[in-house]
Amino acid sequence: MLRSIALGLLLINAGYITQDDILMNLQLYFTDIIRRLFTWVEGFFRFENEMLPPDDRINIRLDLENLIIEGSRQLREWERLQDEIPSLDMALKFTDRPGANIRNVNLSVEEWRVVSFINPKNSIHQIASATKLNDLDIRRIVYGLLQAGLVEIIRPEGGSSALPTRMFPVEDREEQKSLVNRLIGRIRSL
Amino acid sequence: MQTVKMVVTGPFSAGKTQFIQSVSEIEVVATEKPISSTAERSVKEATTVAMDFGRITVDDDLVLYLFGTPGQKRFDFMWEILSEGMLGFIVMVDSTRPETFREARSILETFRAYAPTPYVVAANKQDMKYAWEMEDMRHALRLDSKVKLLPCVATDRKTVKTVLLELLYSILDEMESGG
Repeated sequence: MLRSIALGLLLINAGYITQDDILMNLQLYFTDIIRRLFTWVEGFFRFENEMLPPDDRINIRLDLENLIIEGSRQLREWERLQDEIPSLDMALKFTDRPGANIRNVNLSVEEWRVVSFINPKNSIHQIASATKLNDLDIRRIVYGLLQAGLVEIIRPEGGSSALPTRMFPVEDREEQKSLVNRLIGRIRSL
Repeated sequence: MQTVKMVVTGPFSAGKTQFIQSVSEIEVVATEKPISSTAERSVKEATTVAMDFGRITVDDDLVLYLFGTPGQKRFDFMWEILSEGMLGFIVMVDSTRPETFREARSILETFRAYAPTPYVVAANKQDMKYAWEMEDMRHALRLDSKVKLLPCVATDRKTVKTVLLELLYSILDEMESGG
């Protein structure tokens, strides 16, 4: 099996890729792995203080301070997005504000794709599946649309707004009201 | 015997366990454990990890159960289980801890997603010196004017009763409006 330096040299000599391309892509790759480590909430790790990487591997110099700052920022962003959009089972609808015209708003291609699926019948989860966006990216886009005041979160249509009967041990509506009135009477008497 | 249930939810240390204790006819079945985190232990010593459970017998044929949810986010897998079949829910908010308001809002939305049942928001610890004004809390919690935000002192049975009654009135209103 070719080691990474040998493989890199082959690709450069064959003219497929430059040295800068390799270094830049490896840097992105390693950075992505380290950022994912920031999302760990538990687990074990071991730091090998004396162990150096093998000589035949391409080593990349990373600015650790920037990496930690950026990783922390992304983690906070993820936590905030989860707070703002706790459930992807909800749906979106355009706000009814007159004057809010989505055609006049600058949206990215991905945002437009999400917008095209906005419908009270589609959950955010379904929109994410249709647009092939992961949880983080769909939350990020939906959060942006919410902040811009273009959409609001609603319960998906389809489910009846009627109170589910399983809440009550009885099915008849009048009996249900009677039950609630009995509860009211009891609480008042406490 | 017929049973119905209500859920009391809210952020960590909002007063959920105390709220249930104030009206339950049984000693509340609490699942409290000592807190390991230093930051959280500075707020209180023990927290609910599964649920609190209180009971109010209405008559020979009807019992109301009150379930309190764990406040810490890492136990939120319990929330959906507890919300199953609830008549309505109460979101408890500590009026003296604005840093928990955003989490309270998030919990409210999560429970609304679980079940479209009526709910009220109880502004607990309104007797404390640094309690926020009700209107300021409504604004901070981004509550629509139609949402009932009620002052509460979880140790005071009278205010706890008012919160429960307001939730029951909302349930009745929704039924009568054809919901």
